[in-house]
Amino acid sequence: MSSSSQKPQSVEKTTGLHIGEIEPGVKKVDPIVTIDKVHRQFGGLTAVDVDHLEIPRGVITALIGPNGAGKTTLFNLLTGFDKPDSGEWTYDGENIAGVPAFKLAQRGQVRTFQLTKALGLLTVLDNMKLGSKHQRGERLFPSLLPFLWKGQDDEIAEKAMKLLKKFKLDAKKDDFAASLSGGQRKLLEMARALMSDPELVMLDEPMAGVNPALTQSLLDHILDLKKDGMTVLFVEHDMHMVSHIADWVVVLAEGRVVAEGPPDVVMKNPAVIDAYLGAHQEIDLGVVTGRYDEASK
Amino acid sequence: MELVNTLKSNLGERLPRWMVLSLITALAFFLAIGPAATALADEVGEDYDFKISGNVKNEGEPLQGVVITVEGDGYSAEVVSGADGKWKVGVPERAIYTVTLDQNTLPEGIAVLEGGDTQQVEIGPGGSVVKNFFIGEGERQTTSILDQFTARLIYGLNFGLMLALASIGLSLVYGTTGISNFAHAELVTFGALVAMVFGVILEWPMWVAIILAVAASAGIGWVQDAGLWAPLRRRGLGLVQLMIVSIGLSLAVRYIFQFAVGGGTMQLPGSGAAKIPLFGAVALSTIDLASMAISIVVIVAFGIWLTFSRIGKATRAISDNASLAAASGIDVDRVIRIVWILASMLAGLAGILWAYFRPGIKWDMGEKILLLMFAAVVLGGLGTAFGALIGAIIVGVLVETSAMVIPSDLKYVGALSLLIIILLVRPQGLLGKKERIG
Amino acid sequence: MDWGSILSNTAQSLFSPATMAFALAALGLAVHFGFAGLLNMGIAGFMAVGAYGYAISILTFGFPWWGAALVGIGASIILAILMGVPTLRLRGDYLAIVTIAGAEILRLLFLTTANQEITGSADGLFGYHASFRAANPFPEGTYGFGPWTYNEVEFWVLILGLILLGLAVLFVWRLINSPWGRVIKGIREDEDAVRALGKNVFSYKMQALIIGGVIAAIGGIVYALPSAVNPNVYVTSLTFFVWTALLLGGAATVFGPLLGAVIFWVLQAFLSNVLPALVSSGIMPFVSSAQAATLRFVLVGVGLVLLVVFRPQGILGDKREMTFVK
Repeated sequence: MSSSSQKPQSVEKTTGLHIGEIEPGVKKVDPIVTIDKVHRQFGGLTAVDVDHLEIPRGVITALIGPNGAGKTTLFNLLTGFDKPDSGEWTYDGENIAGVPAFKLAQRGQVRTFQLTKALGLLTVLDNMKLGSKHQRGERLFPSLLPFLWKGQDDEIAEKAMKLLKKFKLDAKKDDFAASLSGGQRKLLEMARALMSDPELVMLDEPMAGVNPALTQSLLDHILDLKKDGMTVLFVEHDMHMVSHIADWVVVLAEGRVVAEGPPDVVMKNPAVIDAYLGAHQEIDLGVVTGRYDEASK
Repeated sequence: MELVNTLKSNLGERLPRWMVLSLITALAFFLAIGPAATALADEVGEDYDFKISGNVKNEGEPLQGVVITVEGDGYSAEVVSGADGKWKVGVPERAIYTVTLDQNTLPEGIAVLEGGDTQQVEIGPGGSVVKNFFIGEGERQTTSILDQFTARLIYGLNFGLMLALASIGLSLVYGTTGISNFAHAELVTFGALVAMVFGVILEWPMWVAIILAVAASAGIGWVQDAGLWAPLRRRGLGLVQLMIVSIGLSLAVRYIFQFAVGGGTMQLPGSGAAKIPLFGAVALSTIDLASMAISIVVIVAFGIWLTFSRIGKATRAISDNASLAAASGIDVDRVIRIVWILASMLAGLAGILWAYFRPGIKWDMGEKILLLMFAAVVLGGLGTAFGALIGAIIVGVLVETSAMVIPSDLKYVGALSLLIIILLVRPQGLLGKKERIG
Repeated sequence: MDWGSILSNTAQSLFSPATMAFALAALGLAVHFGFAGLLNMGIAGFMAVGAYGYAISILTFGFPWWGAALVGIGASIILAILMGVPTLRLRGDYLAIVTIAGAEILRLLFLTTANQEITGSADGLFGYHASFRAANPFPEGTYGFGPWTYNEVEFWVLILGLILLGLAVLFVWRLINSPWGRVIKGIREDEDAVRALGKNVFSYKMQALIIGGVIAAIGGIVYALPSAVNPNVYVTSLTFFVWTALLLGGAATVFGPLLGAVIFWVLQAFLSNVLPALVSSGIMPFVSSAQAATLRFVLVGVGLVLLVVFRPQGILGDKREMTFVK
């Protein structure tokens, strides 16, 4: 794929995702997830208080907002890692409030974590194999008889190797994941998430702690997800990345949706600028502080 | 309704039906073979070397089917008099035991005429003792259920206060360092042993021995943190490893105690002092009263220290959030050292009171209440001192009052079951804060 | 000092029912802790349930020995479920406390005089060997050589124990090297990651708890086969000894528990023979022989501390495997 020296993929944004006026809670043409009156409180602190939100299918949606806005909490609620105090949401039209996390993952919803959870005690290849669904060998009694699952396991290994090649991790297949660098572990987590052919990929701060060289590579991988027909929802702070690849942006602050819409619209929203973006988002910080001027960039 | 929902959501991700059915079957099985089986024998504990026996007779006629309970030194057994009126109970230790005759199992119009239906015996030099009750026609002076309950409530309170002294330290050590310290029981034994060394072997006055024992406990607390726990913390050992270290330590120390004092039971001077009837069925000795008073005074003093003193507040701050406490300038290591010293002192004092309560000192006496301490601490909320106090009193009262409805040798089962139930329903305990325990 | 009998006694313990039972218990605990990361501090309870289930089925219900063994195994499955349901969602040290409490409740229920008819309370259960001995395929005679000489009954117990141990090892080895084992290893390190990949973590932990519990119960049965069932055996100290053996051999390996159990038991036998001999021959004059016996347990405690601090992966373990995943 591309490295930092090549030009990034030109990105075509998908438009026409919404029905009606652009405002928080606007309906979508083809929502994959809808959220209704979800409320989550920790002690006296309201973490999430979303009235209505719809995530459009087949495109890349970014969830942004200041720290403590409730983004990860919302993620946890949607993926079954936390229970709300009230509210419901649907996935593909089915009500999934209260469904445990592992069942949601089986239905085509995968997520990654802010602090990467590459399983360090397993090899890279084993990590990948773990991501695959419906494995005969994972059930207790069949696992005792290798002839029952060996064939399927080999198929899974093949698929894993294809993905690993794509993410440039194939040479490390027999290394323990703990020996990978932080960036490589992020790639592994993403590759592993793709083993189950998911419909909805939820990435919690995929760029956190990633060096700039790797950022481009990750961006391209995320764009590939959209190309392959998956829906992506990700949390990020890097506004350049968001404006580069997101088709839709949702802004959370203090647990509520304060704005949503296409990136260019949202980033011009004065309330969003004041609360979160800062006035000089589109300009390099070095130029703003006067260390070098725009022309020489 | 909320409780049921909590139970349901805590019972795992959708239990399959077969699992629920087996659960119910197992519970039913245990409830069935448990206390419901009332067929008792007329001789119990044949394997033990020491015997308490007796003969239940009314004017020369043997009485069959009279229930006798023997309790003491952590041991408990029930027998029924045979056709010849005789009964015999084997006991594990040469110690002081309480023998109770259940007057409800005597024939109508027959009662214990003198001495009361609960009496104390001590194993004689020959390894046995006989206890006969003076029985004849008369009005049964049965204690009402309320009186019995009140008496057990008071004993439970006494036991609970002593347990609280032992448990508060355990809870604070957990709160400040995260260690579930299985060797805490040995600190309890240590206090009693040192008191015995000074009070019995050297025959110094008891009040001197007690002060020295508490001081020695403080010293041991200092040595433990300075010599073992602080270096291990610096080494970066995980909490599970530290817990297992505490298990190994408890094994080693417990057997060192056995090495030093052997397997028998010893008494502190003043144990087995006469119980003074106070009101209803409550009879306490001066030592019982002193023990309760000391417990209350020490606990209150400690509570004041914890709430108002600088170090007390620092302790609570560290329990809440250690890194934040350190960032705000608290010398965490020093506070932890102090917590270890205080925890050991409280445990040592509790050991002495435990030695008077049982009565008896034994090499593994601490271990016998270790689980009760954990039950108290978990019930109240791991990491909170006040929680440990409340938890301990509840455990103590539960243990003593439950003996009214279940066989007395099962009285710890109630507290242990409560421990499991609490973790199922409210894992953070009564006073703990709700955090993700999973 | 009679070195001949000391060494002979020690050698004998290599193949004793106690050693095999211990090895099975350690293997069961390896499934619980080494592979699934479950802090089971009540493994003695599983052994007790196996042994009591076996003996009670024969004495109270008149089952044949193999039926009684199945009952013992069935009882351990129920125990695993009972223990697992409340605790598998809890953090590690909570699980440890609950499992100790559970095992102690069991022991008290076995010990109480109220159940004397069925459980024998403090005297325990004995005299249930008839059916087992009748099934002995080996004719009368002596088998073996040197310190490992057995009569036909002892030999029957030995062979059966070895077969059961071998089957258990094969079973665990197959499991661990399968996709099921992969999921379990993942759970041990990070449950949430595995949950996010669509695996029912609770179900897997329960399966691990049941499997380890059954193996430990078989250990309890093997221990009870030639002798008696006594509640004073199944105390928390037994659990701690099994833990020591497991950590010694290597918690996250298949052969580690066996190695650890054998070393532990042989060492115990050696010390229990040597120490009193040292005392009686005057080499250790400052201790009595009763005290000498307690010394070995002190060594176990110290050994456990040193093991956990300096070599937590045990003899066969891989340091990279990080026995104690923090």
